[in-house]
Amino acid sequence: MEGREVVLPTVSRVALCGGTHGNELSGVYLVRERLKRKVEEEEHISVVTVMSNPRAVQQCRRYTETDLNRCFTHATLSGPVTDKTPYEIVRSQELNTLLGPKGSPEAMDLVCDLHNTTANMGLCLIAYSDCDWISLHIYRYLQRQMSDIPVRFIHFDLPLNEAYSLDSVGKHGFAIEIGPQAHGVVRSNILSTMQEGVQQMLEWVRLFNSGTPFEGGKVDVYTMVKNVDYPRDFETRGITAAIHPQLQDRDFCLLRPNDPVFQTFSGETLKYTGTEPLYPFFINECAYYEKGIALSLARQRSVGIPSIRSEREGEQGKRKSSAEEMEEEEEIKGEMEEEGYQKLMEYGEESDSLNGQYK
Amino acid sequence: MTSSTNVSCFHGARRVAIFGGTHGNEMSGVTLVNLWIQNGKEIQRKGVETKPFITNPRAVEKCTRYVDTDLNRAFTTENLSAPSGDDLPYEVQRAQQINEIFGPKGSPEAYDVIFDLHNTTSNMGCTLILESSKDHFNLQMMHYIKKAIAPDSCPVLLTEHPLLKYSTSRSVAKHPIGLEVGPQPQGVLRSNIFESMRVVLKHALDFIELFNEGLEFPPCTVDVFRVSEKMDYPRDTNGNIIAMVHPNLQDCDWEPLNPGDPMFQTFDGTTIRYEGAGTVYPTFINEAAYYEKQQAFVTTRRETLAAGAIKKA
Repeated sequence: MEGREVVLPTVSRVALCGGTHGNELSGVYLVRERLKRKVEEEEHISVVTVMSNPRAVQQCRRYTETDLNRCFTHATLSGPVTDKTPYEIVRSQELNTLLGPKGSPEAMDLVCDLHNTTANMGLCLIAYSDCDWISLHIYRYLQRQMSDIPVRFIHFDLPLNEAYSLDSVGKHGFAIEIGPQAHGVVRSNILSTMQEGVQQMLEWVRLFNSGTPFEGGKVDVYTMVKNVDYPRDFETRGITAAIHPQLQDRDFCLLRPNDPVFQTFSGETLKYTGTEPLYPFFINECAYYEKGIALSLARQRSVGIPSIRSEREGEQGKRKSSAEEMEEEEEIKGEMEEEGYQKLMEYGEESDSLNGQYK
Repeated sequence: MTSSTNVSCFHGARRVAIFGGTHGNEMSGVTLVNLWIQNGKEIQRKGVETKPFITNPRAVEKCTRYVDTDLNRAFTTENLSAPSGDDLPYEVQRAQQINEIFGPKGSPEAYDVIFDLHNTTSNMGCTLILESSKDHFNLQMMHYIKKAIAPDSCPVLLTEHPLLKYSTSRSVAKHPIGLEVGPQPQGVLRSNIFESMRVVLKHALDFIELFNEGLEFPPCTVDVFRVSEKMDYPRDTNGNIIAMVHPNLQDCDWEPLNPGDPMFQTFDGTTIRYEGAGTVYPTFINEAAYYEKQQAFVTTRRETLAAGAIKKA
C-alpha cells in the first residue's frame, strides 16, 4: 500500500461552510469575517464561503424547525417542497444545488463544514469514509502542523446515500468539529484553532493541486460503533443521571468494562456494561440530549494511506487543454459564487437589520 | 442587662422557596427542583416550609432561556401591576402568577426567602447574588455559607446599582438570593456543577434552620463585589461584534483587571486594552445569554459590608 503512488484529480473547488448550526459560533464568525474581507482569489484553488443556515444564525439557535445537518440524505434532498416544508429542508436543497448535486460530477471537490461541540474533543475531522485519501492526508497534515491541540479523525461508517450531513454533498468532505465551547459563545482560543485548521487545510490543498506529492504512511482513525443514552425515567423520559465526574471531559480516554459512566442524582455510580473497551467521544454534547445520546463510542485502528499526488496536465488523454479547462472552471465558479453571494445578501440584509443580532 | 451590640430581630424564616428554570436551559436548577418536587426530603428543615418551584415551565420544556421575554427581567412594577391578559408576553403573565403565589412583592405576605438557581457559561464558580447591601439577614447567611464551604470560595456579587439592578423573579421575596454556578454550557448538565449547587443550598437551609431555632449570629463582615459598569463587545456600525474576549481575560472572573490589561481581541488579532481609571474585578465574562444584552462582562469593585448581629424575634 505505501509503495504505490495514487494519482488523484486536483481539489480545485472547495466550499467552506459555517453556521450549519446557528449557535456554533466559531464557524459563524469565521465565515462572516471571510465574507467581509472578500478573500482574494488564489492560484491552484477556489474557495466558496457559505453561511449554511442564516435564519438559525440570526436567532443564535441550532436550527429553526429541524436540524439542517440531518437533511442531506438522498431521500431528503430529492423530496418534494411545499409551503409547509420545514425551512431547513428547503435550505438543504438550495445548498445541494449550490454545492452539489450530491453524487454528481458537478459537485464541489471538497466541502468542509465548521462545527463546535460542548464536549472536550479538541479538533476532530468527521467523515463517512476511512479510505478517502484526500481527507486522510489533510488529517495527517493538520496533525503535524498543529501542535497545540489534539487532532483526530472520526469515521461514521455509512454509505453515501444514507450520509445525512452537509459535507457529504462534495466529492470529498468532512466536518471540522472543535470543542469544548458552549453554544452561543465565542472563545478566542477556539476560534484561533479553527482559523489555523482552515488555513492549514487550504494550504495542503494548494500544495496538492500544485503537484506536491504526499508520502503515504499510517494514521489512527476512530470508527463510530454505538451511542449510549442517559438513563431515563420510564414515564417522563427525563434523564435520571448525569455523566459521571470521572468520565466528564475525558473524550478519547479508553473506557473499559466497569468504568464509571453515569452518576444518578441520588449519588449512585452506573458503570460501563459493554465487554469491549471503546473510546468515548461527544461526551455530554448539549445538542444530543434530545437525540438520546449521552456519549458515543468508537474503536480505534491504524489505517494505511498511500502516497498521493495530483494529476498533471495531459496525464489523462481525454482531458481538455489546461487553458480550456481553467476557462470552464472559472465560468462555473463565477456563476456559483454569484449565486451563493446573492443568496447570502438576501439573508445578510435580514440579519443586519436586527441590532444585537440574536434573539 | 444591656447588650453592647445591637441585635436586629427578625421573625423566623417560615416560608422559603427554591426557584429553578427561571431560564429554561440552565440545567442544574431545573434538575434539582424537579428532583425535590418528586422527593423533597433533602430540603426539609424543622419549622420551615420549603417549596421547590419551576418558574418558567414552557422555557424548560423547550430547553430555551425564555419564550417571549426574559423572566428574570420581568418583575418590574409596571409588569406586575399591568392588567392581566392572554395578550401579555408569556413571561409577564408568569411573573404576575409568581407574584401572586410568592408575593405580593414588597408586602408583608411575601415569602421570607427565595433562592433562585442559575447557571452561567462564565467561570464564576459558586457565586451568591445579593440585591441589597442593607439585608443583614442575607449577609449573615452568605457569611455562614462562605465559612461552611471554605477553603472553596463563594464570591458574593452585589447588584445594588441604580441602573444595572434588574427585576428578578426572586425579588418578590423579602430576602432574595441568587445562586449562579458556572461554567456550564446552556442545555448541559455537569455533575460537578450540579453537586456544588446542591451543597451551597444545603448550607443555606442549615443556616435558616439554626436561625429559626433561636441561634444568635454575631456581627460579621462580608467581602463583596459591587457591580460597577457593563462592558459591551466592540461593534461595527451595523451592530456586529468585531472582537472577542481576550484570551488573557477569558475565564478570569473575579481576578483583577488593571488599566492597560488586555480586554478584547479583534478577529485579526489586535489587542484592545482596558482603559478604566483603576483596578476592577470583572465577572460574567463571556456569558452566552448576554451577547444580545450588549454585555461582554461586567466590572465590579471590592467592598466590605458589615452585618449587625441577628436573632429570631
